[in-house]
Amino acid sequence: MTPETYAVILVYSTSYALRAEKLLHRAAIECKLVPVPRHLSSNCGVCVRIARSDRELAQQALESAGLEIEGVHDI
Amino acid sequence: MIYFDNAATSWPKPPGVVEAMVHFMEQVGANPGRAAHRRAVESGRIVYEAREAVCELFHAPDPLRVVWSKNVTEALNLALRGLLRVGDHVVTSSLEHNSVMRPLRALQRSGIEVTVVPCSPQSVLNPADVEQAIRPHTKLVALNHASNVVGTLLPVAEVGAICREHDVLLLVDTAQTGGAYPIDAQADQIDLLGFTGHKSLGGPMGTGGLIVGERVDERQMEPLERGGTGSHSEYEVQPDFLPDVYESGTLNAVGLAGLRAGVRWVLSQSVDRIRAHEVALTQRLIDGLRSLPSVIVYGTLHADLQIATVSFNVVGMEPSEVGLCLDDEYGILCRVGLHCAPAAHKAIGTFPDGTVRFGLNGFNTMDEVETALAAVEELARDIQ
Repeated sequence: MTPETYAVILVYSTSYALRAEKLLHRAAIECKLVPVPRHLSSNCGVCVRIARSDRELAQQALESAGLEIEGVHDI
Repeated sequence: MIYFDNAATSWPKPPGVVEAMVHFMEQVGANPGRAAHRRAVESGRIVYEAREAVCELFHAPDPLRVVWSKNVTEALNLALRGLLRVGDHVVTSSLEHNSVMRPLRALQRSGIEVTVVPCSPQSVLNPADVEQAIRPHTKLVALNHASNVVGTLLPVAEVGAICREHDVLLLVDTAQTGGAYPIDAQADQIDLLGFTGHKSLGGPMGTGGLIVGERVDERQMEPLERGGTGSHSEYEVQPDFLPDVYESGTLNAVGLAGLRAGVRWVLSQSVDRIRAHEVALTQRLIDGLRSLPSVIVYGTLHADLQIATVSFNVVGMEPSEVGLCLDDEYGILCRVGLHCAPAAHKAIGTFPDGTVRFGLNGFNTMDEVETALAAVEELARDIQ
Protein backbone atom coordinates (compact mmCIF):
# COMPACT_ATOMS: atom_id res chain seq x y z
CA MET A 1 0.00 0.00 0.00
CA THR A 2 1.22 3.50 -0.76
CA PRO A 3 0.02 6.38 1.45
CA GLU A 4 -2.34 7.94 -1.13
CA THR A 5 -4.40 4.77 -1.19
CA TYR A 6 -5.35 4.79 2.50
CA ALA A 7 -8.64 5.36 4.26
CA VAL A 8 -9.18 5.51 8.01
CA ILE A 9 -12.08 4.27 10.07
CA LEU A 10 -12.74 6.48 13.09
CA VAL A 11 -14.12 4.74 16.17
CA TYR A 12 -15.05 5.89 19.66
CA SER A 13 -12.07 4.57 21.59
CA THR A 14 -9.07 2.26 21.58
CA SER A 15 -11.23 -0.67 22.74
CA TYR A 16 -13.39 -0.19 19.64
CA ALA A 17 -10.32 0.07 17.44
CA LEU A 18 -8.94 -3.19 18.82
CA ARG A 19 -12.26 -4.90 18.26
CA ALA A 20 -12.35 -3.52 14.72
CA GLU A 21 -8.83 -4.78 14.11
CA LYS A 22 -9.81 -8.29 15.18
CA LEU A 23 -12.95 -8.25 13.06
CA LEU A 24 -11.05 -7.05 10.00
CA HIS A 25 -8.33 -9.65 10.45
CA ARG A 26 -11.03 -12.29 10.68
CA ALA A 27 -12.40 -10.99 7.37
CA ALA A 28 -8.88 -11.10 5.89
CA ILE A 29 -8.77 -7.31 5.46
CA GLU A 30 -5.38 -5.76 6.07
CA CYS A 31 -5.36 -2.91 8.60
CA LYS A 32 -3.19 -1.02 11.06
CA LEU A 33 -3.98 1.03 14.13
CA VAL A 34 -2.58 4.53 13.68
CA PRO A 35 -2.95 7.92 15.41
CA VAL A 36 -6.08 9.80 14.36
CA PRO A 37 -5.12 12.42 11.74
CA ARG A 38 -5.50 15.83 13.36
CA HIS A 39 -7.61 17.25 10.50
CA LEU A 40 -10.25 14.57 11.08
CA SER A 41 -10.52 14.69 14.85
CA SER A 42 -8.62 15.94 17.89
CA ASN A 43 -9.14 12.57 19.53
CA CYS A 44 -5.91 11.45 21.19
CA GLY A 45 -6.50 7.80 20.44
CA VAL A 46 -6.16 5.50 17.51
CA CYS A 47 -8.08 4.82 14.35
CA VAL A 48 -8.01 1.93 11.92
CA ARG A 49 -6.15 2.48 8.66
CA ILE A 50 -7.16 0.36 5.68
CA ALA A 51 -6.67 0.42 1.93
CA ARG A 52 -9.21 2.63 0.17
CA SER A 53 -10.15 -0.30 -1.99
CA ASP A 54 -11.28 -2.18 1.16
CA ARG A 55 -13.62 0.56 2.40
CA GLU A 56 -16.85 -1.17 1.53
CA LEU A 57 -15.81 -4.63 2.64
CA ALA A 58 -14.41 -3.28 5.91
CA GLN A 59 -17.55 -1.30 6.69
CA GLN A 60 -19.68 -4.35 6.01
CA ALA A 61 -17.51 -6.53 8.28
CA LEU A 62 -17.80 -4.04 11.15
CA GLU A 63 -21.48 -3.30 10.68
CA SER A 64 -22.46 -6.95 10.50
CA ALA A 65 -20.72 -7.46 13.86
CA GLY A 66 -22.65 -4.55 15.32
CA LEU A 67 -19.60 -2.34 15.89
CA GLU A 68 -20.55 1.32 15.79
CA ILE A 69 -18.15 3.56 13.89
CA GLU A 70 -17.78 7.35 13.83
CA GLY A 71 -16.92 7.61 10.18
CA VAL A 72 -14.70 6.54 7.30
CA HIS A 73 -12.41 9.01 5.50
CA ASP A 74 -9.94 8.78 2.66
CA ILE A 75 -6.60 10.26 3.68
CA MET B 1 2.51 -25.28 54.35
CA ILE B 2 -1.10 -25.70 53.30
CA TYR B 3 -2.88 -22.66 51.88
CA PHE B 4 -6.59 -22.79 52.71
CA ASP B 5 -7.36 -19.08 52.41
CA ASN B 6 -8.42 -19.05 48.76
CA ALA B 7 -11.78 -17.48 49.60
CA ALA B 8 -9.81 -14.33 50.49
CA THR B 9 -7.41 -14.54 47.56
CA SER B 10 -6.12 -17.47 45.58
CA TRP B 11 -2.58 -18.79 45.85
CA PRO B 12 -0.66 -19.98 43.97
CA LYS B 13 -1.54 -18.27 40.70
CA PRO B 14 -1.86 -20.44 37.56
CA PRO B 15 1.26 -21.03 35.47
CA GLY B 16 1.93 -18.12 33.13
CA VAL B 17 0.37 -15.37 35.25
CA VAL B 18 3.54 -14.04 36.87
CA GLU B 19 5.39 -14.43 33.56
CA ALA B 20 2.71 -12.40 31.75
CA MET B 21 3.06 -9.59 34.28
CA VAL B 22 6.87 -9.58 34.05
CA HIS B 23 6.60 -9.59 30.25
CA PHE B 24 4.28 -6.60 30.41
CA MET B 25 6.62 -4.64 32.68
CA GLU B 26 9.74 -5.47 30.70
CA GLN B 27 8.54 -5.63 27.12
CA VAL B 28 5.34 -3.58 26.85
CA GLY B 29 5.03 -1.02 29.62
CA ALA B 30 2.94 1.57 27.74
CA ASN B 31 -0.41 3.07 28.67
CA PRO B 32 -3.34 1.27 27.00
CA GLY B 33 -5.52 3.64 24.99
CA ARG B 34 -3.46 6.78 25.47
CA ALA B 35 -1.30 6.83 22.34
CA ALA B 36 -1.06 5.10 19.00
CA HIS B 37 2.53 3.87 19.01
CA ARG B 38 3.21 0.15 18.84
CA ARG B 39 3.70 -0.36 22.57
CA ALA B 40 0.51 1.50 23.45
CA VAL B 41 -1.41 -0.57 20.91
CA GLU B 42 0.10 -3.77 22.30
CA SER B 43 -0.84 -2.70 25.83
CA GLY B 44 -4.37 -1.93 24.64
CA ARG B 45 -4.53 -5.31 22.90
CA ILE B 46 -3.62 -7.14 26.10
CA VAL B 47 -6.34 -5.26 27.97
CA TYR B 48 -8.85 -5.94 25.20
CA GLU B 49 -8.01 -9.64 25.10
CA ALA B 50 -8.50 -9.80 28.85
CA ARG B 51 -12.04 -8.50 28.18
CA GLU B 52 -12.52 -11.26 25.61
CA ALA B 53 -11.27 -13.92 28.02
CA VAL B 54 -13.66 -12.74 30.74
CA CYS B 55 -16.55 -12.78 28.23
CA GLU B 56 -15.73 -16.34 27.26
CA LEU B 57 -15.60 -17.41 30.90
CA PHE B 58 -18.95 -15.82 31.80
CA HIS B 59 -20.64 -16.41 28.42
CA ALA B 60 -21.13 -12.67 27.91
CA PRO B 61 -21.55 -11.59 24.30
CA ASP B 62 -19.73 -8.24 24.03
CA PRO B 63 -16.16 -7.47 25.23
CA LEU B 64 -16.95 -3.74 25.07
CA ARG B 65 -19.50 -4.23 27.87
CA VAL B 66 -16.80 -5.42 30.29
CA VAL B 67 -15.84 -2.56 32.60
CA TRP B 68 -12.62 -2.87 34.61
CA SER B 69 -12.45 -1.93 38.25
CA LYS B 70 -9.86 -2.33 40.96
CA ASN B 71 -11.85 -5.13 42.61
CA VAL B 72 -15.37 -6.54 42.78
CA THR B 73 -16.26 -4.12 45.59
CA GLU B 74 -15.77 -1.18 43.25
CA ALA B 75 -17.79 -2.96 40.55
CA LEU B 76 -20.67 -3.58 42.95
CA ASN B 77 -20.52 0.02 44.18
CA LEU B 78 -20.73 1.21 40.58
CA ALA B 79 -23.87 -0.85 39.95
CA LEU B 80 -25.58 0.04 43.23
CA ARG B 81 -24.64 3.69 43.52
CA GLY B 82 -24.81 4.27 39.79
CA LEU B 83 -28.28 2.86 39.27
CA LEU B 84 -30.32 3.45 42.41
CA ARG B 85 -32.18 6.73 42.92
CA VAL B 86 -34.28 8.13 45.75
CA GLY B 87 -37.59 6.25 45.85
CA ASP B 88 -36.19 3.07 44.30
CA HIS B 89 -36.48 -0.26 46.08
CA VAL B 90 -33.76 -2.92 46.09
CA VAL B 91 -33.94 -6.54 47.26
CA THR B 92 -30.95 -8.45 48.59
CA SER B 93 -30.23 -11.52 50.75
CA SER B 94 -28.91 -12.06 54.25
CA LEU B 95 -25.92 -13.88 52.78
CA GLU B 96 -24.40 -10.75 51.26
CA HIS B 97 -20.86 -9.64 51.84
CA ASN B 98 -20.30 -6.13 53.18
CA SER B 99 -19.30 -5.15 49.63
CA VAL B 100 -23.05 -5.09 48.91
CA MET B 101 -24.46 -4.54 52.37
CA ARG B 102 -22.48 -1.41 53.28
CA PRO B 103 -23.23 0.51 50.06
CA LEU B 104 -26.88 -0.49 50.47
CA ARG B 105 -27.03 0.68 54.09
CA ALA B 106 -25.55 4.02 53.03
CA LEU B 107 -28.05 4.30 50.16
CA GLN B 108 -30.85 3.48 52.59
CA ARG B 109 -29.95 6.57 54.61
CA SER B 110 -30.34 8.68 51.49
CA GLY B 111 -33.86 7.49 50.67
CA ILE B 112 -33.54 4.16 48.90
CA GLU B 113 -35.64 1.30 50.25
CA VAL B 114 -33.79 -1.93 51.04
CA THR B 115 -35.31 -5.37 51.73
CA VAL B 116 -33.00 -8.09 53.05
CA VAL B 117 -34.54 -11.51 52.37
CA PRO B 118 -33.52 -13.96 55.11
CA CYS B 119 -32.06 -17.38 54.36
CA SER B 120 -32.61 -20.53 56.43
CA PRO B 121 -30.28 -21.47 59.33
CA GLN B 122 -28.69 -23.92 56.86
CA SER B 123 -27.95 -20.82 54.73
CA VAL B 124 -30.40 -21.66 51.94
CA LEU B 125 -32.24 -18.85 50.14
CA ASN B 126 -35.68 -19.61 48.76
CA PRO B 127 -36.24 -17.85 45.40
CA ALA B 128 -39.97 -17.58 46.19
CA ASP B 129 -39.05 -15.35 49.16
CA VAL B 130 -37.16 -13.07 46.77
CA GLU B 131 -40.17 -12.89 44.47
CA GLN B 132 -42.43 -12.01 47.38
CA ALA B 133 -40.15 -9.13 48.33
CA ILE B 134 -40.45 -7.50 44.88
CA ARG B 135 -42.69 -4.42 44.79
CA PRO B 136 -43.88 -2.16 41.97
CA HIS B 137 -40.96 0.26 42.50
CA THR B 138 -38.26 -2.44 42.84
CA LYS B 139 -35.43 -1.58 40.45
CA LEU B 140 -32.82 -4.16 41.34
CA VAL B 141 -32.16 -7.49 43.04
CA ALA B 142 -28.56 -7.78 44.29
CA LEU B 143 -27.45 -11.32 44.98
CA ASN B 144 -24.27 -13.03 46.12
CA HIS B 145 -23.66 -16.08 43.92
CA ALA B 146 -22.16 -17.98 46.84
CA SER B 147 -21.70 -17.07 50.47
CA ASN B 148 -18.14 -16.23 51.39
CA VAL B 149 -18.91 -17.45 54.94
CA VAL B 150 -20.39 -20.92 54.39
CA GLY B 151 -19.94 -21.37 50.66
CA THR B 152 -23.64 -21.98 49.94
CA LEU B 153 -24.69 -21.34 46.34
CA LEU B 154 -27.63 -19.00 45.87
CA PRO B 155 -30.36 -19.71 43.27
CA VAL B 156 -29.17 -17.13 40.75
CA ALA B 157 -30.81 -18.63 37.65
CA GLU B 158 -34.20 -18.94 39.39
CA VAL B 159 -33.97 -15.37 40.62
CA GLY B 160 -32.85 -14.31 37.13
CA ALA B 161 -36.09 -15.68 35.67
CA ILE B 162 -38.13 -13.99 38.41
CA CYS B 163 -36.40 -10.66 37.72
CA ARG B 164 -37.23 -10.82 34.00
CA GLU B 165 -40.83 -11.61 34.79
CA HIS B 166 -41.11 -8.54 37.04
CA ASP B 167 -38.94 -6.29 34.86
CA VAL B 168 -36.33 -5.90 37.58
CA LEU B 169 -32.56 -5.86 37.00
CA LEU B 170 -30.37 -8.58 38.55
CA LEU B 171 -26.91 -7.80 39.95
CA VAL B 172 -24.80 -10.83 40.89
CA ASP B 173 -21.61 -10.83 42.97
CA THR B 174 -19.49 -13.67 41.59
CA ALA B 175 -16.48 -13.03 43.85
CA GLN B 176 -16.58 -16.58 45.20
CA THR B 177 -17.80 -18.43 42.12
CA GLY B 178 -16.15 -16.85 39.07
CA GLY B 179 -13.76 -19.44 37.60
CA ALA B 180 -14.81 -22.09 40.13
CA TYR B 181 -18.43 -22.69 39.16
CA PRO B 182 -20.02 -22.55 35.68
CA ILE B 183 -21.68 -19.18 35.08
CA ASP B 184 -23.62 -18.20 31.99
CA ALA B 185 -24.59 -14.54 32.16
CA GLN B 186 -27.08 -14.98 29.32
CA ALA B 187 -28.74 -18.26 30.36
CA ASP B 188 -28.84 -17.17 34.02
CA GLN B 189 -30.25 -13.79 32.92
CA ILE B 190 -27.72 -11.74 34.88
CA ASP B 191 -27.93 -8.04 33.96
CA LEU B 192 -24.94 -6.87 35.97
CA LEU B 193 -22.18 -9.33 36.80
CA GLY B 194 -19.51 -8.23 39.26
CA PHE B 195 -16.32 -10.29 39.29
CA THR B 196 -12.97 -10.25 41.03
CA GLY B 197 -9.73 -11.09 39.26
CA HIS B 198 -7.65 -12.33 42.18
CA LYS B 199 -9.60 -15.38 43.32
CA SER B 200 -10.58 -18.28 41.03
CA LEU B 201 -9.90 -16.27 37.86
CA GLY B 202 -6.25 -16.65 38.78
CA GLY B 203 -5.24 -13.01 38.32
CA PRO B 204 -3.49 -10.62 40.68
CA MET B 205 -5.06 -8.33 43.27
CA GLY B 206 -6.16 -4.97 41.91
CA THR B 207 -8.23 -6.48 39.10
CA GLY B 208 -11.97 -6.96 38.80
CA GLY B 209 -14.89 -5.65 36.85
CA LEU B 210 -18.53 -5.36 35.98
CA ILE B 211 -20.17 -6.92 32.93
CA VAL B 212 -23.02 -4.64 31.90
CA GLY B 213 -25.87 -6.48 30.20
CA GLU B 214 -27.97 -5.22 27.32
CA ARG B 215 -30.93 -4.42 29.58
CA VAL B 216 -28.86 -1.84 31.46
CA ASP B 217 -28.81 1.59 29.85
CA GLU B 218 -25.37 3.06 30.49
CA ARG B 219 -26.85 6.54 30.26
CA GLN B 220 -28.95 5.69 33.34
CA MET B 221 -26.01 4.36 35.40
CA GLU B 222 -23.82 7.15 36.76
CA PRO B 223 -20.06 6.55 36.83
CA LEU B 224 -18.31 6.58 40.22
CA GLU B 225 -15.53 8.72 38.80
CA ARG B 226 -14.97 10.91 35.77
CA GLY B 227 -11.70 11.78 34.08
CA GLY B 228 -9.37 10.99 31.22
CA THR B 229 -10.32 8.06 29.02
CA GLY B 230 -8.13 8.60 25.96
CA SER B 231 -11.30 9.06 23.92
CA HIS B 232 -13.33 12.16 23.00
CA SER B 233 -10.44 14.25 24.28
CA GLU B 234 -11.83 17.40 22.69
CA TYR B 235 -14.77 17.39 25.14
CA GLU B 236 -14.77 18.33 28.80
CA VAL B 237 -17.70 16.03 29.48
CA GLN B 238 -17.39 12.31 30.14
CA PRO B 239 -17.98 10.06 27.10
CA ASP B 240 -21.30 8.21 27.37
CA PHE B 241 -20.32 4.91 25.73
CA LEU B 242 -19.07 1.64 27.20
CA PRO B 243 -16.57 0.85 28.54
CA ASP B 244 -14.98 4.34 28.61
CA VAL B 245 -17.80 5.98 30.58
CA TYR B 246 -16.77 3.90 33.63
CA GLU B 247 -13.03 3.62 33.03
CA SER B 248 -11.47 6.96 33.90
CA GLY B 249 -7.77 7.15 34.56
CA THR B 250 -5.00 4.72 33.69
CA LEU B 251 -6.00 1.07 33.94
CA ASN B 252 -4.06 -1.57 35.87
CA ALA B 253 -2.71 -2.95 32.61
CA VAL B 254 0.00 -5.05 34.24
CA GLY B 255 -2.63 -6.61 36.46
CA LEU B 256 -4.90 -7.21 33.47
CA ALA B 257 -1.99 -8.88 31.65
CA GLY B 258 -1.87 -11.30 34.58
CA LEU B 259 -5.64 -11.67 34.59
CA ARG B 260 -5.69 -12.48 30.87
CA ALA B 261 -3.21 -15.30 31.50
CA GLY B 262 -5.16 -16.50 34.56
CA VAL B 263 -8.53 -16.66 32.80
CA ARG B 264 -7.01 -18.31 29.74
CA TRP B 265 -5.55 -20.97 32.02
CA VAL B 266 -8.93 -21.52 33.70
CA LEU B 267 -10.55 -21.87 30.26
CA SER B 268 -7.87 -24.34 29.19
CA GLN B 269 -8.56 -26.47 32.28
CA SER B 270 -12.35 -26.03 31.95
CA VAL B 271 -14.46 -24.75 34.80
CA ASP B 272 -16.38 -28.04 34.89
CA ARG B 273 -13.19 -29.98 35.58
CA ILE B 274 -12.03 -27.55 38.25
CA ARG B 275 -15.50 -27.73 39.81
CA ALA B 276 -15.52 -31.55 39.89
CA HIS B 277 -12.18 -31.60 41.70
CA GLU B 278 -13.33 -28.99 44.21
CA VAL B 279 -16.58 -30.86 44.89
CA ALA B 280 -14.61 -34.03 45.72
CA LEU B 281 -12.29 -32.13 48.09
CA THR B 282 -15.17 -30.27 49.71
CA GLN B 283 -17.31 -33.33 50.37
CA ARG B 284 -14.38 -35.18 51.96
CA LEU B 285 -13.60 -32.14 54.11
CA ILE B 286 -17.21 -31.76 55.26
CA ASP B 287 -17.59 -35.49 55.98
CA GLY B 288 -14.26 -35.66 57.81
CA LEU B 289 -15.00 -32.63 59.97
CA ARG B 290 -18.51 -33.86 60.76
CA SER B 291 -17.15 -37.19 61.98
CA LEU B 292 -15.24 -35.37 64.74
CA PRO B 293 -17.42 -35.21 67.86
CA SER B 294 -16.41 -31.73 69.00
CA VAL B 295 -16.59 -30.03 65.61
CA ILE B 296 -19.62 -28.16 64.27
CA VAL B 297 -19.82 -27.67 60.50
CA TYR B 298 -22.10 -24.97 59.07
CA GLY B 299 -24.09 -24.76 55.88
CA THR B 300 -25.89 -27.34 53.76
CA LEU B 301 -23.20 -30.04 54.29
CA HIS B 302 -23.55 -31.04 50.63
CA ALA B 303 -20.64 -30.17 48.36
CA ASP B 304 -23.00 -30.05 45.36
CA LEU B 305 -24.85 -27.15 46.95
CA GLN B 306 -21.80 -25.08 47.75
CA ILE B 307 -18.36 -23.96 46.65
CA ALA B 308 -15.08 -25.14 48.18
CA THR B 309 -15.40 -22.94 51.26
CA VAL B 310 -16.21 -24.71 54.54
CA SER B 311 -16.91 -23.00 57.86
CA PHE B 312 -16.69 -24.81 61.19
CA ASN B 313 -15.99 -24.40 64.89
CA VAL B 314 -14.27 -26.53 67.50
CA VAL B 315 -16.39 -26.69 70.66
CA GLY B 316 -14.52 -25.10 73.54
CA MET B 317 -12.09 -23.14 71.40
CA GLU B 318 -12.39 -19.67 69.96
CA PRO B 319 -11.96 -19.50 66.17
CA SER B 320 -8.89 -17.28 66.70
CA GLU B 321 -7.24 -19.94 68.88
CA VAL B 322 -7.92 -22.62 66.29
CA GLY B 323 -6.49 -20.43 63.54
CA LEU B 324 -3.34 -19.62 65.48
CA CYS B 325 -2.80 -23.26 66.42
CA LEU B 326 -3.31 -24.45 62.82
CA ASP B 327 -0.80 -21.87 61.58
CA ASP B 328 1.83 -22.33 64.33
CA GLU B 329 1.64 -26.08 64.86
CA TYR B 330 0.55 -27.41 61.47
CA GLY B 331 1.37 -24.76 58.87
CA ILE B 332 -2.27 -24.58 57.77
CA LEU B 333 -3.28 -21.07 56.71
CA CYS B 334 -6.96 -20.20 56.95
CA ARG B 335 -9.18 -17.33 58.01
CA VAL B 336 -10.99 -17.10 61.34
CA GLY B 337 -13.61 -14.83 62.91
CA LEU B 338 -16.27 -12.85 61.10
CA HIS B 339 -15.84 -12.86 57.35
CA CYS B 340 -17.15 -9.39 56.42
CA ALA B 341 -20.76 -10.62 56.34
CA PRO B 342 -22.46 -10.06 59.71
CA ALA B 343 -25.97 -10.99 58.50
CA ALA B 344 -24.72 -14.34 57.19
CA HIS B 345 -23.15 -15.11 60.57
CA LYS B 346 -26.41 -14.16 62.30
CA ALA B 347 -28.33 -16.49 59.96
CA ILE B 348 -26.17 -19.51 60.77
CA GLY B 349 -25.86 -18.60 64.47
CA THR B 350 -22.17 -17.71 64.61
CA PHE B 351 -22.41 -13.99 65.39
CA PRO B 352 -20.30 -12.39 66.90
CA ASP B 353 -17.69 -15.11 67.43
CA GLY B 354 -17.43 -16.20 63.81
CA THR B 355 -16.03 -19.41 62.39
CA VAL B 356 -12.90 -21.10 61.16
CA ARG B 357 -13.01 -20.97 57.38
CA PHE B 358 -11.16 -23.33 55.08
CA GLY B 359 -11.20 -21.81 51.59
CA LEU B 360 -10.01 -24.40 49.10
CA ASN B 361 -9.52 -24.16 45.38
CA GLY B 362 -8.50 -26.26 42.42
CA PHE B 363 -4.82 -26.25 43.37
CA ASN B 364 -5.48 -28.01 46.69
CA THR B 365 -5.15 -31.78 46.89
CA MET B 366 -6.87 -34.63 48.69
CA ASP B 367 -3.64 -35.19 50.66
CA GLU B 368 -3.86 -31.64 51.98
CA VAL B 369 -7.47 -32.23 53.03
CA GLU B 370 -6.46 -35.41 54.90
CA THR B 371 -3.57 -33.62 56.61
CA ALA B 372 -5.87 -30.79 57.68
CA LEU B 373 -8.49 -33.22 58.99
CA ALA B 374 -5.86 -35.01 61.06
CA ALA B 375 -4.69 -31.65 62.45
CA VAL B 376 -8.21 -30.55 63.44
CA GLU B 377 -8.84 -33.96 65.02
CA GLU B 378 -5.67 -33.65 67.08
CA LEU B 379 -6.30 -30.14 68.33
CA ALA B 380 -9.96 -30.94 69.10
CA ARG B 381 -8.80 -33.97 71.10
CA ASP B 382 -6.28 -31.87 73.02
CA ILE B 383 -8.98 -29.49 74.18
CA GLN B 384 -11.12 -32.25 75.69
